[in-house]
Amino acid sequence: MRTLRLSLKSRRALLGLAFISPWLIGFIFLFATPLLQSIRFSLSNLSVAPGGYVLDFIGLKNFKDAILVDATFNRILVDSVGAMLLNVPMILFFSLFTATLLNQKFKGRTMARAIFFLPVILASSAVAAAESAGLINLMGDISAVDTSAEGGASFNVVSIVRMLNDVGLPMAYVDYIVEAIMRIYDIVSSSGVQILIFLAALQSVPGSMYEVAKIEGATAYESFWKITFPMVSPLILTNVIYTIIDSFAGSPVTEAIYQTAFKTQNFGLSSAMSWLYTLVIGLVLVVVGWVLSRRVHYN
Amino acid sequence: MAVSGTDRMVVVPKENYRMQRVRNKTSDLLYSIFRYALIIGISFIILYPLFLKISVAFKDKQDIYNPTIYMIPQHFTLDNIKLAAQVMDYLPLLANTLLFVTITTLLTAISCALAGYGFARFSFPGSNVLFVLVILTILVPTSTLMVPMYLHFRNFDFLGMIRLFTGREGINLLNTYWPSMITAATAGGLKAGLFIYIFRQFFKGMPKEIEEAALIDGAGGFRTFARIMLPNAISPLITVILFSFVWQYNDTFYSALFMSESPLISLKVASLPAQANQLIPQLMGFGSNSGMKADPNYVAMIVDTGILLAIAPLIILYLFVQRYFVESIERSGVVG
Repeated sequence: MRTLRLSLKSRRALLGLAFISPWLIGFIFLFATPLLQSIRFSLSNLSVAPGGYVLDFIGLKNFKDAILVDATFNRILVDSVGAMLLNVPMILFFSLFTATLLNQKFKGRTMARAIFFLPVILASSAVAAAESAGLINLMGDISAVDTSAEGGASFNVVSIVRMLNDVGLPMAYVDYIVEAIMRIYDIVSSSGVQILIFLAALQSVPGSMYEVAKIEGATAYESFWKITFPMVSPLILTNVIYTIIDSFAGSPVTEAIYQTAFKTQNFGLSSAMSWLYTLVIGLVLVVVGWVLSRRVHYN
Repeated sequence: MAVSGTDRMVVVPKENYRMQRVRNKTSDLLYSIFRYALIIGISFIILYPLFLKISVAFKDKQDIYNPTIYMIPQHFTLDNIKLAAQVMDYLPLLANTLLFVTITTLLTAISCALAGYGFARFSFPGSNVLFVLVILTILVPTSTLMVPMYLHFRNFDFLGMIRLFTGREGINLLNTYWPSMITAATAGGLKAGLFIYIFRQFFKGMPKEIEEAALIDGAGGFRTFARIMLPNAISPLITVILFSFVWQYNDTFYSALFMSESPLISLKVASLPAQANQLIPQLMGFGSNSGMKADPNYVAMIVDTGILLAIAPLIILYLFVQRYFVESIERSGVVG
């Protein structure tokens, strides 16, 4: 049987292309094409016709509408970015701390790990929605939930603020810490994957490094900052990026984009909103990535 | 802990040395108490909502207004579970969801493993650029693609073939399983970019000699992959299958977009409170027009029980595989 004569190199190249071909087909038809289409949609007025849709080019009007005309979009966008900027350091700090804790040897470590990763399994926006709706049923309407939550928690918060203020911390820090305490459940439940990533990184630090440091007389504190921290720092970047993307996934902005498209049928405006959103995330990622990657230690 | 070097230990007088050992021991003890307090505290924060739901699920109606009850109900009952299962139409719903999630998970695992292997071991023109594009798929928010994807599957027509052969405009695939199956099979589903990345990192770390040996023995590329590489990739496989299963099970984004009317647990749970409000008076024997409203506290109980029923399969699954889950992630290529 005669086959096409190919060099080994090009045969390997074809084989490689065969391996990635399912992804490549999916990428071209289900990612790249929709991506380009959504740019076109954002610049047009889209109306659904019986056998498809009709596009009228209207330039940047959708973008203007999203920022200037839509009543809530710019506020939601700013709020989401603000919440993200608050959340990311908290989640990062908590997950590094927890990973260090879970990496130590103690009785019941397996069980502690199993519990700490439970939120990865249970994190579900559907469950969260049902829970808050259930609470609304219980309380009458949503404003009641807000006031009752504030009423219930205010006592504790005041005492914490007083205590921290007495210690002499600046108010900005106090605010931040109080914020963290108020949202401890959110933070714990959204840092499961990050803990896993840090834990994997910690396991790859050679134990001999710690032994040497110990013999040299380093304290646990010193060996954390001089060994552990530099060794896991590349993963800090990974985790920051993961956390940023993750915090956007179920945010009110996504909800607003969805509502605009499928409740009011304004597909063009919705595409424009999602592009603004993508640009904001992209900008945040570039800035954070640039700042962090200059400090990261690679070996 | 400050342990002095051996050369210095000789100089330390014996009493001082003993003192230091006592001090070290107490600080170790204090530290481990602190550690346990912290771990137990955080575990409590995580488990508390779950315990609360389990408690509610077995609580009788008359226990709702009893303030002396904490967690353990006085009157055990299975009525809540029965009612919640009735409201949700639980068993058919669960069977349907599990079937759907299992198929998409397997398709995702296969397509992502293939792509990850292709990117790890072969160099072809543009392979690096293409891998950057994989990373891009992780970064672009899914909501950007939402509208075009929706319209695409509303009039599905691959390369215009349907129009060519039948002359009709594309077929409407919405509210079928096809959109999810197609995206999963082409490694474009939920967080597929991340899975490709995990597989690529793992295959990059495997020794090249294994494949060369297989090649010399006459195995083709795909046979080498199926017989040699994949059986060795158990740990990334477990990671990907677990994550994919769980995320798919909990997913509301794609399912609400493509299959808003299909019986899937994630969709049912989101609408559970409204359903419960509507159905409970009927199920309790009042006519639908009687204007009777169920006790809101009781409805909240049923909703909580329903949520528990929805997440129970995941918890049971997790109880069995959590060991592999943690271990496989530590060993697999999440680190990079």
